[in-house]
Formats: sequence, structure tokens, C-alpha cells
Amino acid sequence: MSAVTARPGVSTRSGGGRAGRLAGPAYVPYLYLLPGLALVLAFVVYPMLRTVQISFTRWNGVTPPEFIGVDNYAEILADPVLRSLFGHSAVLIFFYAIIPIALGLLITAVLARWRVRGMSAYRALLFIPQALSMVVVAIAWQWVFASTGTLNQLLSLFGNDVTTAWLGSFEWALPAVGLTGTWRQIGLCMVLFLAGVQKIDTSLYEAARLDGASAWHEFRYVTLPGLRAEIAVALTLTVTIALKSFDLVFLMTKGGPGTSTSVPGYEIFARAFNRGEVGSAASLGVTLTLLIVLVAFAIERFRSE
Amino acid sequence: MATVILHDEGGASPRRGGGPGARRSKRSTAGREGGGRRAPLSAKVIAHVILGLFTLFTIMPLISIFLISVYPENQLVSGLALPERVDFANYSRAWGIANFSVLMRNSVVVALFVVPIATFISILGAYAFATMRFRGKAAIFLLFLLGLLLPYEAPIVPLYYDLNALGLTGSPFTLIVPEIALFLSFGIFWMRAAFGEDTRTLIEAARIDGASSWTTLWRVLVPSVKPAIVTLLVLFFMWSWNEFLLALVLAGSPGLQTAPAGIGLFLGERVSDLRGLAAAAIIMSIPPLVVYAFMQRSFIQGVTSGGVKG
Repeated sequence: MSAVTARPGVSTRSGGGRAGRLAGPAYVPYLYLLPGLALVLAFVVYPMLRTVQISFTRWNGVTPPEFIGVDNYAEILADPVLRSLFGHSAVLIFFYAIIPIALGLLITAVLARWRVRGMSAYRALLFIPQALSMVVVAIAWQWVFASTGTLNQLLSLFGNDVTTAWLGSFEWALPAVGLTGTWRQIGLCMVLFLAGVQKIDTSLYEAARLDGASAWHEFRYVTLPGLRAEIAVALTLTVTIALKSFDLVFLMTKGGPGTSTSVPGYEIFARAFNRGEVGSAASLGVTLTLLIVLVAFAIERFRSE
Repeated sequence: MATVILHDEGGASPRRGGGPGARRSKRSTAGREGGGRRAPLSAKVIAHVILGLFTLFTIMPLISIFLISVYPENQLVSGLALPERVDFANYSRAWGIANFSVLMRNSVVVALFVVPIATFISILGAYAFATMRFRGKAAIFLLFLLGLLLPYEAPIVPLYYDLNALGLTGSPFTLIVPEIALFLSFGIFWMRAAFGEDTRTLIEAARIDGASSWTTLWRVLVPSVKPAIVTLLVLFFMWSWNEFLLALVLAGSPGLQTAPAGIGLFLGERVSDLRGLAAAAIIMSIPPLVVYAFMQRSFIQGVTSGGVKG
């Protein structure tokens, strides 16, 4: 896209050398970039560099920081609690990304190519969770998982009278937070895939039919490759959100019970702002950033392959 | 991720949805209805059962919160059940929870600053990236890409301590300015993609007419990408209204917090008034839901473009 203006013809035809280019004098592009660049440098790039710097120190946020080299990073590798944070992230990726994408694909495969009346109404409703604050989501789902809440009511319909407070349980709290994420992302994935499948050339399906392809083959060799771009978008959105997840954990469990639902995003917050372990929080932040960049590039490679 | 937007075959590009694209997709659906396969009755039933179940799963928790918000004082809340009678007293009480009316006002103020300013600056930056040639373009672009990727949990730590050390906390701008910076990366990528497609002839025509770059931008380019700008405004509003981490950390005093941050902190304490809390949740959802109701297509298109806010 940027190549558009890079054509030499643009400036020669205007006949005036530099002054004749649309951009005018050479500093003009920088003037347009200045406000954005200044803000990003001041509030994203500089603080990120500071995070890296702080990650090599022990600092309580008040007294001067003490340089301790890579000790914070060594601690991430050695401390089972810190390592478990990334394990919890993996569980959340399963709930936030894998389940919604798998279900979305399954539904798309079933519905592929059929015209469904009222699709836009379904889409509007399925996408609502994306428009709501996580605080509202948390309030709604805390009630689902409460001991007198909706889930236990549902279970009692099947004859299981339980009064479990799901978010207070060591085994169930993490899947419960995960399920809330599934709920939020499933509509997104369905809407993405159902829109994407409509862009696939109908003749491909007709050809598959003529060749006597089974439903599985049709899905595997027509629908799935046709949805590659949408799957990449869904993966990027859901996996990054799962890795960054702070909101739901903070709002629903505060990482508890114990540290059973804590994730890097929450631990950074807790260490930096509640427990005065700013250096350790920063090292977690750097690690998480690297992890996200790595994952994003992996997904991008999958997309462009 | 940003790169998704840069490729045309991806989920959606700014040009594709909103206005003209929306019409196009409607047409193509209509076309399929004529030429495509008509579903047999059984397939129709299966389709509606599946979609219906997932839709139910999606709206159930929200319905239960709404029902709780109109429960009368003397009825015990349990699971999902209809209230004996509808009582809106919870709503008047909700305004008192965690200073909720102040929180709502702050949310409005933040959105009023963040949305137009972030959009304006995004348009300026994207204009340079999409139509101009300059030294360091690739490197600067990479900086914005970084802003799109990194989890804000990391830079917010030193940001908080540094702003504190500089004595800059305690003003609404401690939240507003970083929030604008956080949204910019996406805005610039989004607008760059919008400007990038078939604008060359427009620009050349404007230049032949002797228009300056500033005039070309506002008189020629911006009107031609209105749908993309509308989508950006909608996304920025939703993100700003629902932003949680930044508001929680940077707003400083309770008097400056936004609704999500204030109610979110309140959630951490012991919740004794579930009905009032549910009512507050409904109230704070009204602005985004109204925007969603009217701008649904833009919003869906923007979110599914694959751009991730920091």
C-alpha cells in the first residue's frame, strides 16, 4: 500500500521537485506523525523500556531500587507458583481460544452454505458480549457460579443438588473463569466464521459435491482452507486476550482461591500495586510481552503460509 | 494483530464493511439466495436449534442479571427466576453504590476526550504512512506495531510510578492521555488501511487542483473513508467506556474513576446488595448497548478485523 506513493512518477509529473510533491517539504510527514509518535513514545515505548530496566532490580516502589541482575527472571523459572501462572494461561487459552474456535468451526461446517433465515438477528445477539464491560460480564457470571446461582439451579434440574460456590473451589475456579471467556469469545468466532464461509466460492462446494466428497472432506478441503484468514484473526484475538487476561481474574477471583486462578497479567498488577514487588512484576511483564510477540508471529506465519 | 489488517484477503478491511461493503455483502447474500442451495426442512430445523442454543447460552447470564436488577426487596434471589413483581427501586439505589453517579460522569468525560482526539491523531498519522514517503518510515511503523502487541500490564507499572513521582496524578488526564496513546496504534493501522486503497487518483487530482496536503486530507480523503472513520469512532467509544486496567491504575482518586473501575473495585469488597449491583451493571451497559444497537455492523466489522487493543 505504501508503494503507491513511492512511484517516481508522482513527483516528476508535478514538475516541481520537492515542493511539487503532495507532501511538500520533507518535514511535512513528520508533522503529521508528531502527535501520535510523541504519545506512543511517551506512554508506550518509554514505559516499556522502563519496565525492562526495572525488571533487573528489586524495588518496593518507594525506596531506591537495587540492581539484582537476572534474579527476577531466574525466579520465574524456578518458583513453582510463578511457573504455574503460565500453566493457568495455557488453561485459559484452551477456554478462550481453542473451545470457541473449535465450536465455531463445527457450527460453521454444519451450517456452511445453507441459507438461514434470521441470521442477522442471531449475529446481533451472539456478538453482544463483545460490547459489554468485563465488569458487567463478571457480575453476570459470578451469579452463574454462586452457590445459589444459575449453574447449581440448572444442575438441580438434573437431580444434582449441589451448593458449590464454584469460584471458591480450587478445582473449579479456573475452569469457571475460563468458561466465562468461552462465553465471551464464542459469538465472536461464530460471527467471524459464518461471515467468512460466505466468501468462499460456491463453485468449490459444487465441485466437491460432483466429486462425491463426504461432509468431512468438504469441510477439510473447502471450508477449512477457505477460512484460514478468519481462523488467524480469531486465534490472534482470542489467544492474545487469554494471555493478557487480567480483567476477569481480578474481578471474579482475585487469583484465588490460593493462587489457583492467578495469571501473569493479574500477578503483575498484584505484585506492582499491592505487594510492593515492582521488580518482580516488571520481569513478569517483560516475559509476558515476549510470549505474546512470539505467539503473534507464530499465528502470522500460520496465516501467510 | 495489526498485520492482519494490512493484507486484503484477511477478515475485513475498513473499506469492506460499514458503508459500501455492507451493501455489497447484502447483495451477495441476495445473490446466493437465488443461486445457492435451498436448505431442506430438516437442515433448517437443525440450523435454528444450533444457533438458538448458542444464542440462549449467550443471553442467559445477561437476562438473569436483568431480572435480579428488578427484584423486589423482600424476595430472595435464587438462580434464574422471575421476580414476584417488578421493582425499580434497585435502580435508584444503584446510583449511590460506590459513588456510581460520579463514576458514570467520569466515564462520559473520558470518552468525550479520548474518542475524538484519538481518532483525529490516528487520521493524521495514518495519512503520513499511507500517502507519504519519508526517512525512517519502516522503523516508526514498527513502533506503532509494538503498541498494538504488547500487554499494557507491563508498561503500566513504571508509568504509574513515574507519573506519581512527577506529581502528575490526580487529574482526569492521567487516564485520558495514556488511553489515547494506547488506542492510537490500532487507529493508525486501521486508517492507514482505509487510506491505502485506491486513493492515489484522488490525491493526484487534488494536487493538480493545487490543494495543500492538509486540504487534500480533510476535503478529499476523509470524506472518501467515512465508513472506516465511523467504525473507528465506535470502537474507540466501546474501548474507552469499557477500559478497565488503565482506569483502575491511573485514575488515582475514587473521585476520578470511571464506572468499570469503580464498580470493579467495589466487586472486590463484600457484595451485600446484589440487586443494586445488578442495576448498576445494567445502567453502565446502556451507553455501549445503544451504540451497539445502532452501529452494530461497524462494530462487528471493526472487532473482527483482528486488531487488538493493547
